[in-house]
Amino acid sequence: MPDNSILRLNRLRRTFGGVVAVSDLTLDVCRGTVTSLIGPNGAGKTTIFNLITGYLHPTAGEIIFNGRSLMGLKPHRIAAAGIGRTFQNVQIFPQMSVLENIMAGRHLRSRAGFFYSSILPPVLRGEEKKIQESAEKQLHFLGLAPKAHVPAGSLPLGSQRMLEIARALAIEPKLLLLDEPASGLNSRETIAMGELIQKIKAMQITVLLVEHDMELVMDISDAVAVINFGSLIANGSPAEIQANEDVIAAYLGE
Amino acid sequence: MDSAFVDVLQFLIMGIQRGSIYAMVAMGFNMIYNATGIINFAQGEFVVLGGLMMVTLTMGFHLSIVFAFILSVLFVMVAGILMERLTINPVKQPSVLRLIIITIAVSIIIKGAAMCFWGKGSHYMRHFSGSTSLDFYGATILPQTLWVVGILCCVVAAYIVFFNYTMTGKCMRACAINRDAARLAGINDRKMVMLSFALSAGIGAIAGIIITPIIQMDYARGAMLGLKGFGAAVLGGLGNSMGAVVAGVLLGVLEALGAGYISSHYMDAIALIILLFVLFIRPSGIFGSAEAMRLKEF
Amino acid sequence: MKGKHSAGFFALIGAIMVMPLLVTNDYYLGVLTFTAFNCLTCVGLCLLMGYAGQISIGHGAFVAIGAYTTGILTTKLAWSPWLAMLCGVVLVLVIAFCVGIPALRLKGHYLAMATLGFASIVHVVAVAAVDLTGGPAGIVGIPRLNLFGYVLNSDKQYFYFAWSAVAAGVYIALNLIYSRVGRGLQALHGSEDAAASLGINITAYKVQIFMLSAVFASVSGSLYACYVNYIDPGPFDVMHSVLLITMVAVGGLHSIWGALTGAVVLSLLPEILSFLSDYLQVVGIQYQPDYDTLVYGGILLIIMLFLPEGIFSGISSVLSRVRLLFGKTAKGTDHAG
Repeated sequence: MPDNSILRLNRLRRTFGGVVAVSDLTLDVCRGTVTSLIGPNGAGKTTIFNLITGYLHPTAGEIIFNGRSLMGLKPHRIAAAGIGRTFQNVQIFPQMSVLENIMAGRHLRSRAGFFYSSILPPVLRGEEKKIQESAEKQLHFLGLAPKAHVPAGSLPLGSQRMLEIARALAIEPKLLLLDEPASGLNSRETIAMGELIQKIKAMQITVLLVEHDMELVMDISDAVAVINFGSLIANGSPAEIQANEDVIAAYLGE
Repeated sequence: MDSAFVDVLQFLIMGIQRGSIYAMVAMGFNMIYNATGIINFAQGEFVVLGGLMMVTLTMGFHLSIVFAFILSVLFVMVAGILMERLTINPVKQPSVLRLIIITIAVSIIIKGAAMCFWGKGSHYMRHFSGSTSLDFYGATILPQTLWVVGILCCVVAAYIVFFNYTMTGKCMRACAINRDAARLAGINDRKMVMLSFALSAGIGAIAGIIITPIIQMDYARGAMLGLKGFGAAVLGGLGNSMGAVVAGVLLGVLEALGAGYISSHYMDAIALIILLFVLFIRPSGIFGSAEAMRLKEF
Repeated sequence: MKGKHSAGFFALIGAIMVMPLLVTNDYYLGVLTFTAFNCLTCVGLCLLMGYAGQISIGHGAFVAIGAYTTGILTTKLAWSPWLAMLCGVVLVLVIAFCVGIPALRLKGHYLAMATLGFASIVHVVAVAAVDLTGGPAGIVGIPRLNLFGYVLNSDKQYFYFAWSAVAAGVYIALNLIYSRVGRGLQALHGSEDAAASLGINITAYKVQIFMLSAVFASVSGSLYACYVNYIDPGPFDVMHSVLLITMVAVGGLHSIWGALTGAVVLSLLPEILSFLSDYLQVVGIQYQPDYDTLVYGGILLIIMLFLPEGIFSGISSVLSRVRLLFGKTAKGTDHAG
């Protein structure tokens, strides 16, 4: 196990009835890198994300994050451990404003409970102010500040994806899982997304990326893992992967 | 004859008679659920409407039982079609909560209308073939109970024939499995939804007609019949109509035994407590697979 | 509390203060007091349904438990109504916790049916447990509440008292909405998966808001019991729970003010209808109170079909459209200048 591994999947396995979605997968994600998971549709990439973040439980194997096992933890505990994520089909909170979406992301960094929130809100004024300030900073970082008070559901898809990432960053994760952040984006938005991921990496946040846009993947990844039928078929630098014959076979068919 | 044995037998008869009604209400729930994914909160009202209509036609207009039966079922089927056309069909992409409240609103309207037309009292109706009890190994059995069980069997047989051997039935099943694929295959899915409401209302009406001589129908019975029927539908695995029939009869028997041996005052609570237990512990029902149910919304 | 909400809140307080000066008839004051009980329950229900997105057709049961706890403890053990109300709250918290944990794992139709089943069971028990609840005859002789040793005897006093409770409920609800907890609740309404990915414990939040809304219902039930001085199972049947959610839905789920509007309109509907019946007679329609249920269902259906966001948001969207109209002309002149 490499010393700088932040996330280790050890012989991870998940079956649905008789279908094997993830098959004895072993993979390390190195600290401070952008690592991409690629593979044909239905290869099991989103299942791997759901296993890491606790939405599904593995049939066998284990997941170690920062030297600590994540087995049996619920999604909110895994978020508290420092893993943020986005979803393939964007899941923002459409009724809430853009700013409130990000403020909701500050949940783990604040403590107010039912009692003080409902009866004695003045006690919480300081905390609320801090939440709002950091959320506004996040909005500036992403260039969404002018839309702060617009309902999030009315944003165009590209901005919704940005917002979803901003919200995931608001929990101050050590590892960020992005599930197809560029899908449905035009070429200009895709470039902006690539730049954003580079910025996130510069903030010392490790990124694990699932993406179909190969240009983007090869451009920004430090390491690429190729999955097919739930197992790892290749692992290496973008250049190595592009030259790998198994990978070409998996994508083009034999 | 051993009196304990006679008691059990009597409770069983009672339970099967009640359970047959729950089974039919549950089949009605399932038809609409399969076609639309909606739980129709007005299902119990169809039962009441069928029963009260039958009372009017037989006791008021003195029609023959057969003729009145057919007219009552048709009447309620029309009500079901109207409900679908006027309240379900026009609503595009509704939220679950909105659908729930719409069907509740329809149930309130039917209940309100029933109260205006038939009043608040309960209605007597003559039994189909006399009310002299028959002796059955020491227990008594009403001829009407035999009618109830017999008609349940007929409904189940018709159901099997319809869904397995007729084109329309097969189309409805196709819609239930995958609506988009069915539409691509040229099936008019909107029509199937309307048909499911009609059939569901029809089954509800039949249940109401055959039970009215025994329980004396009144306008307010819908909610409880609906809830217990839903209990049967969940117990049998929502969407699985044959499961619902077994579960309905089982629920009726458990209820009758509970009423007999625990307390008759809490009789209505027994079926509901079973409903809650199933929902809390195994919402896929006793015949459903938990894995398959995960795909459904619950 | 945010700007427009504090304005709304003070408007509510003002309306409460002025109302008894306008309505001097004790009967109508009584009707308005009953309205307050529904308003209190609906504010709690709105937090649960509109903000946290969880359906409950069982809140009538919590009203009943609050009312019966007060009734039983004050008459059989001669406890003070305040202590009895507190016991009701504690009991409801325990029951809501026990029911909420398994029930709130369900969604949509299943949750609706489970809560409806629960409400039905409570009603059956209220009728059947004769030793405890008095059965169909109910409990008589529940004392009125006293405030610092001063018994609330007149309808006017009780009106103020009941509506103060509503105001307190609205205050709590509005505070909660714009807090960390409120954002968490709205988040899990928007997407449970996304909310969990932010570290929000969705199970705990759902159960907690269920318990809080049950407390609103319980207090409302206790206040009701102390006001009418006798209770029977009649008003606490399944229909009561259904009425409560329809009040919230008719007014507008997504706002506390909507829920209040719905509760007020539907609570007053029988009065409005009987008032209208005089005019209907002129047109040749013999209106009877028996038609109430039918009219009620019709109104509910029409609103759900044509105004799914409720009366309140219907009114506010008309207002904002008017404002937009004026705003546009203002902008137009700007451009011209």
